[in-house]
Amino acid sequence: MRSMKNRWIALYVENDVGVLAKVSGLFSGKSYNLQSLTVGTTEDETVSRMTICVTSDDVTFEQIKKQLNCMVEVIKVIDLTNVPIHMKEILFAKVKDISPEEKAEVFQFAQVFEVKVKDIGTDSVLLECMLTERRNNELITLLRSRFRNIEIVRGGAVAIESISTSCR
Amino acid sequence: MDITGKKLVVKAMREEGVDTIFGYPGGMITDVFDELYKADDIRIVLPRHEQALVHEAEGYARATGKVGVCIVTSGPGATNIVTGLADAHYDSVPLVVISGQVPLSLVGNDAFQEVDIVGMTRSITKYGVTVRNRADLGKILKMAFYIARTGKPGPVLIDLPKDIQNASGDAEYPAKVAIRGYKPNTSVHIGQLKKAYKLLHAAKKPLILAGGGIRISGAEALLCRFAEKTHVPVVTTVMGKGVMPVGHPLYVGNCGMHGRFAANKAVSECDVLFSIGTRFNDRITGDLEEFAPNAKIVHIDIATASISRNVVVDVPVVSDARLALETLLEWAKPRKTRTWRDTIAAWEQENPLAMRMDKGLSPQMIMEGINRAYDGGIMVTDVGQHQMWASQFLDFGPEKQFITSGGLGTMGFGFPAAIGAKIGDPEMDVVCISGDGGMQMNIQELATAVVEEVPITVCVLNNYYLGMVRQMQQLFYGKRYAATCLRKRKSCPADCKGPNKNCPPYEPDFVKLAESYGAHGIRVTKPEEIEPALAQAKQYTDAPTIIEFLIATDELVLPMVKSGNPMSEMILR
Repeated sequence: MRSMKNRWIALYVENDVGVLAKVSGLFSGKSYNLQSLTVGTTEDETVSRMTICVTSDDVTFEQIKKQLNCMVEVIKVIDLTNVPIHMKEILFAKVKDISPEEKAEVFQFAQVFEVKVKDIGTDSVLLECMLTERRNNELITLLRSRFRNIEIVRGGAVAIESISTSCR
Repeated sequence: MDITGKKLVVKAMREEGVDTIFGYPGGMITDVFDELYKADDIRIVLPRHEQALVHEAEGYARATGKVGVCIVTSGPGATNIVTGLADAHYDSVPLVVISGQVPLSLVGNDAFQEVDIVGMTRSITKYGVTVRNRADLGKILKMAFYIARTGKPGPVLIDLPKDIQNASGDAEYPAKVAIRGYKPNTSVHIGQLKKAYKLLHAAKKPLILAGGGIRISGAEALLCRFAEKTHVPVVTTVMGKGVMPVGHPLYVGNCGMHGRFAANKAVSECDVLFSIGTRFNDRITGDLEEFAPNAKIVHIDIATASISRNVVVDVPVVSDARLALETLLEWAKPRKTRTWRDTIAAWEQENPLAMRMDKGLSPQMIMEGINRAYDGGIMVTDVGQHQMWASQFLDFGPEKQFITSGGLGTMGFGFPAAIGAKIGDPEMDVVCISGDGGMQMNIQELATAVVEEVPITVCVLNNYYLGMVRQMQQLFYGKRYAATCLRKRKSCPADCKGPNKNCPPYEPDFVKLAESYGAHGIRVTKPEEIEPALAQAKQYTDAPTIIEFLIATDELVLPMVKSGNPMSEMILR
């Protein structure tokens, strides 16, 4: 019952000034462990949708959902933890100060991980990765184990419920 | 025809039936006040500090059941309301607070008297918003009143830039408003409630825990009838005090940190705890692991987020207290609880609530004097020892309401809240019970009470100390009275262990202070002076009366459960 794990929420909110501050303030004010939060407008421009990842136990997660629900600006809370979803995170990884041999190795990684090589210079390569958060983590671990100078930019995950598949 | 924003504000007040506004002007809200100047049908009460202003509105709201309305200026006017907003938030008091703001073109410039008050108060308001378009003003005002008074009530803040106050726009004030993210619960899940009732009905040692939610929903009489029909005894929280008349055979008393011995024993021993309208604050539960260890717990509350937050409950019911009790009453059948009630009565016999009455003036004597002097009325307290003595020894019931700062524990709340209560309900006798510390936190409101011609009786229990903290220092900090003696001067010895013959005089002289404001002042030092003093204060109908009661410095609030300890571990003497 007290097991800590990552959980996912899709949150529909009013697309108004201050709503992001209110939602993020809840997490800091009540010491909830926020992993990532992304936000953007939806098909209805008055509504924004957030994808939120938190690490928590069951009891705290229930409380988080209730606290979000009772905010006037929150329209709907959807628990994505146990439903089939498509989830992607954008990640840019710039691998720098590398030799031609190492460059070839980066290309190999890109091929296996199915990520794009978006830019290249004499001694560096830029990867654009559209993977799950976990897969991105794995790629970063691998790059770190091989190269010393890496620049990472992560966008946080976005998620949407699946139509037909049951995989995550 | 278009009208200005400030005109629409006044129109909204009329449409919402607002007859009194607690307001303090300033540069960025003067336009609204200029409109209010023309509105003869709306009384403006001018306090002497914005913190007190919000407490006055709280007292008004809690005495009348209406929404309290506050209007303050930007910057310091706005930051001064923060404590009041938090207090209202924790005690679910419906307020609509309008703060002036610098014109939108200046917002973000660190302009004179500009603060981001919506940002500062996000976690202590039910809803807060800056009006950015004149077109939205009507809808926002309507939303504010609707949100403040429905569901679990609370404070709503509208930050109103000066240019919006003067901008022309639609004259319409909407009759109703639909908010897609706010749907207060207006029904009760019958299945869950039935489960809850079955549990109660099957219990051998059932106990009802009644909180402030019962008062908010006006379900006091329903609760009493439910207890009477089922023969289930009742304990209350501090906020729930008075929902069942003190002296009712089924009423045990307050539970919690300074609750009655029998009440805390009953909570610890009961097999079903049937709670309504409480959030299981830590002052009620103490050590959560040991709270009601033998009980199945039912929790009826309007706020989903209150349920299974502090205490994991067996049967949650999201509902307004009145709605739930109305339904429960249809099912209520008598239970055999004689043995259980006898057990509780035996605990009461074992450790009755009583203070020493041997020498001099005791707080219990003062409270009992107030009980005798008033058959009805509103009893308002500040925060501290006197508050707990009031909650322990004052009589409450349908004719006597209790108003106190329960959740936030705000010193400085009592006196202004009492003024607001009297303004809201002028026919009622209003008695404020305060300590010498808390009284000085909003003492300037003596001026407000005098100019507004508010004849309330203010009983200041003066023990020369910040008594509640002093009590903790006496019991748990080796009598090291750090910063709690209000007589202590720079020239006093640093290692002072308590009152002695060299102690300097107390400042201020409350009697002279009252008189300097044009109020009345009486000092009581002996038990036999209590009754005449209260009678004399009642005679003064033009202005408030301060009765200063000089009590012993070492009086304790007992029983006491040390913060974080199990409720069964009470310090009794």
